[in-house]
Amino acid sequence: MKVVLSNASTMPIYEQIKSQIRAAVMSGELMENETLPSLRQLAKDLKISVLTTMRAYSELEQEGFITSLQGKGYYVMPKGSQLMREQLLREVERSLGEAAEAAKNAGLTGEELAGMLRLIMEVD
Amino acid sequence: MLKVKSISKDYGKFKLEDVSFHLPPGYIMGLIGPNGAGKTTTLSIILNFISKGAGDVSILGTDHIAGEAEVKKQIGVVFDSNVFVCDWKVMEAGRAMAIFYDNWKQKTFLEMLSLFGLDGNKKVGQLSKGMQTKLMLACAFAHDARLLILDEPTSGMDPPSRDELLELLQDYIKDGNRSVLFSTHITADLERVADYITYIRGGRVFFTGPTEELIEEYRIIKGGREDLTGDLRGKIHGLRMHTTGFEGLVSRRDVSREPAGCILERGTIDEIMIYTAREDEHK
Repeated sequence: MKVVLSNASTMPIYEQIKSQIRAAVMSGELMENETLPSLRQLAKDLKISVLTTMRAYSELEQEGFITSLQGKGYYVMPKGSQLMREQLLREVERSLGEAAEAAKNAGLTGEELAGMLRLIMEVD
Repeated sequence: MLKVKSISKDYGKFKLEDVSFHLPPGYIMGLIGPNGAGKTTTLSIILNFISKGAGDVSILGTDHIAGEAEVKKQIGVVFDSNVFVCDWKVMEAGRAMAIFYDNWKQKTFLEMLSLFGLDGNKKVGQLSKGMQTKLMLACAFAHDARLLILDEPTSGMDPPSRDELLELLQDYIKDGNRSVLFSTHITADLERVADYITYIRGGRVFFTGPTEELIEEYRIIKGGREDLTGDLRGKIHGLRMHTTGFEGLVSRRDVSREPAGCILERGTIDEIMIYTAREDEHK
């Protein structure tokens, strides 16, 4: 697992950890049932407080990316989990909301925005 | 692990008033505040170096005075001044400490010395400040202290030694059963590794809780002079006016969104201390 924290980022440390683990789960870099470093190990490795890693892990757990087993640590959840899917959909909705806002500012119609989106999806 | 309840001490000119905080096992707490705010007084009361006027302190569920002998065995102390006789050699200092603790493990002590690169034949008085701190830490490890209390351990240390010390402290709490309470005014040390912060200002607790909560509660506000409305002015701590604008600290409860023309940004513990201290000066 790779986690690289930036001190210059405006994103809080726990958010940085969350977004990197989330991305690793989505890309398959972290596989289903893989064990994550313990809260205290991660805190020590990254030189951050235990409460910070705890917040990152517990939020990832709530979002369905990882799960904890009493006394055994944290595991990666299967990719198709219902919770994770909902979370991802919310993410798409949020980004689209931002895009819609930007489109409004630029004076684009919904039709034009949809056209742009189609183009981007095709390129990908 | 450590419960401090409403302790106070009246020195006439200076009063420590109603100081309370709680440190659970497995965590690091930073005790911060400007010079003379009462940090060392608080630590000295916990250790019963000085008597308290009122309040309760319990360590691992035992009262710090009624069960003093028991409690002291569980605590490792690193105070600003060196507790050893300067003429002693490092090994002699260890032997002196071993008399006080029936659970002293000489093997651990020797292991820590070699880990820290401490020469057993060197005189304590010849050690650098960082090395003296390490010697005191080696002693704390040797009698298996559950709670480490350090007064300004990083002052006078260069950045690499400070970093090394913080890593040691993180190692120390890793098993989840031990805790660290340390006072400092070098808050950059705490920004990341401290789970909890207790901020003492003028003898009173200004904040105690998770570090992140302190940082999230406040925002630095900056704006042009014309953006400073009367209503806003009343909500700013430590306001500083300058030719091109103003800056200060606001609680997010008072100012939740950016007022017109202004920006809000997350501050460091240092900045939070600077602005709140500036407010004290102008009272």
